[in-house]
Amino acid sequence: MSDAPETFEFTADSKAKADAAIAKYPEGRQRSAVMPLLDIAQRQCGGWLPMPAIEYVADYLDMPAIRVLEVASFYTMYNLKPVGKHFVQVCTNLPCWLNGSDNIMRACHDKLGIKNGETTEDGEFTLLEVECLGACVNAPMMQINDDYYEDLDSDATKQILDDLKAGKQPKTGSQLERYTCEPLGGLTSLTHQEELRAQKVSEKGDN
Amino acid sequence: MLKDSDRIFTNIYGLEDPGLSGARARGDWDETKKLIELGRETIIEQVKGSGLRGRGGAGFSTGMKWSFMPKEVGERPHYLVINADEGEPGTCKDREIMRNDPHKLIEGALIACFAMQAHAAYCYVRGEFFRETEALQRAVDEAYENGLIGDNACGTGWKFDFYIHRGMGAYICGEESALIESLEGKKGQPRLKPPFPANVGVWGCPTTVNNVESIAVVPEILRRGAEWFAGLGRENNTGTKLFNISGHVNKPCTVEEEMGIPLKELIEKHAGGVRGGWDNLLAVIPGGASVPLLTQETCSTVLMDFDSLKEQKSGLGTAAVMVMDKSTDVIRAITRLSRFYMHESCGQCTPCREGSGWMWRMMERVCAGDASPAEIDLLEEVTKQVEGHTICALGDAAAWPIQGLIRHFRPLMEQRGAGQQPAAAE
Repeated sequence: MSDAPETFEFTADSKAKADAAIAKYPEGRQRSAVMPLLDIAQRQCGGWLPMPAIEYVADYLDMPAIRVLEVASFYTMYNLKPVGKHFVQVCTNLPCWLNGSDNIMRACHDKLGIKNGETTEDGEFTLLEVECLGACVNAPMMQINDDYYEDLDSDATKQILDDLKAGKQPKTGSQLERYTCEPLGGLTSLTHQEELRAQKVSEKGDN
Repeated sequence: MLKDSDRIFTNIYGLEDPGLSGARARGDWDETKKLIELGRETIIEQVKGSGLRGRGGAGFSTGMKWSFMPKEVGERPHYLVINADEGEPGTCKDREIMRNDPHKLIEGALIACFAMQAHAAYCYVRGEFFRETEALQRAVDEAYENGLIGDNACGTGWKFDFYIHRGMGAYICGEESALIESLEGKKGQPRLKPPFPANVGVWGCPTTVNNVESIAVVPEILRRGAEWFAGLGRENNTGTKLFNISGHVNKPCTVEEEMGIPLKELIEKHAGGVRGGWDNLLAVIPGGASVPLLTQETCSTVLMDFDSLKEQKSGLGTAAVMVMDKSTDVIRAITRLSRFYMHESCGQCTPCREGSGWMWRMMERVCAGDASPAEIDLLEEVTKQVEGHTICALGDAAAWPIQGLIRHFRPLMEQRGAGQQPAAAE
């Protein structure tokens, strides 16, 4: 977790990404790039947006800083406070709740020793309950940084958190014997792909 | 049951190569130039004739929407905006198109843009779909490298660019005018209509906003002909549809089926049936969080299409089927949705900003058994004060699930608060 810096400037890499983002929009409409630029700045800052970064993006796009702050505070994926290195977001909306998201939240509390909205003292983990993440047929699920972990139960959740603590990358996607969103155990449509499914599922299990 | 040969999304599970060579093997990008050479009017007529209704929830005729764009391009360029801000609880179909069958979307976008004389499509993908965005971008890069899109798309002489814009976590941006605001670099707050986007859309230019699935089915409709698509399903409810079946079923899944498939058949054939058997079913929300729930009796016979579900005072919405068995505290379930709408209200219109929080707090009282029967009447009255009194449909969406609950489960709500007297008037 990084402390609030007094100044902010894009690195050469961020600058290249920012300029590529601006080039996607018609001439004179560079303001449209405020969302991607804030995301680039947030990634550079280790997952959150300190004020100097917001002001820097405003200057970069020739926008009033208040307009950029307005955007940064409207969208939930911009973090205006520091977050842990692993940002654990557990969906508790209806399909996840029906399939036991309360247990997933509990597993996270138990494993990390923090409550909803808190960050561990070592700055490694932040835990947050969030709204629907759009992986409902693979419920319950959670997002950690850019990856989805799906078809969870309490044990799988704890295993993922243990792996991250140990510096290992856990298996992403479904934690069951599923490739993506197909029905567990065998296809009911596109049945010519059944052999392929069995093969993919077993390859996935081996990794 | 839909035959595999009539399925459009033949890589929906991502088992085959989602890349260009895999897509080509499945028939994508096959003589796209010939489809473009059908000409604008024919393309729009075919899409209209197929009966395709928007797959994002509202179900408006896609061909009709396209025909609202100005016939001639004036000083302002035309744009296609693709709504991939998939956030309606229960819904996860566009995600699979983007990561597993992305070339269908890009090819469809080219055809749609040509038909509406647009040279650019902006695909607004919800920010949490980071890996899906990467997958879609890989497909876009491949399409550029192979001359399928770009300055001379598919050798037609038509210039076409496909850009991805990532959202950053705001359900409201799934509303088309909020999405346009967001694309312009602002807070996603819906605009008053008129003017409609076809006249004044993104950057003040004529714009059509279509859902991912609506655009992705277009190439197949043109290849096989409008009659083929119109021959599936039933009148006014044609074609195939991606369904997401979640909740208390044995095998939750996404599947492409024929429009109008009986709900019971959908659940039993593809999702392994209701947990504990059909008689253990309590209720189903058939089309994403915004539509009212159905009781078991209705679920036994209802067809999954726009008009059948409307007749049952619910809706097809995004075709996200959420199944609840008899172990469910259905009041708690709807309370969870009320909290969602409160969280996602953009704050612009007072009835929604205040009402969504008010409705949630009332639902919490009902849930806890603290509400008297008179409060249930008051709650229902408030849902009607919110419904229809806001700029966009989020207010309606917050009201309808509660209205559905009261319609079907009022005795349960009253029972829980039995013995509670109405609060004395102050």
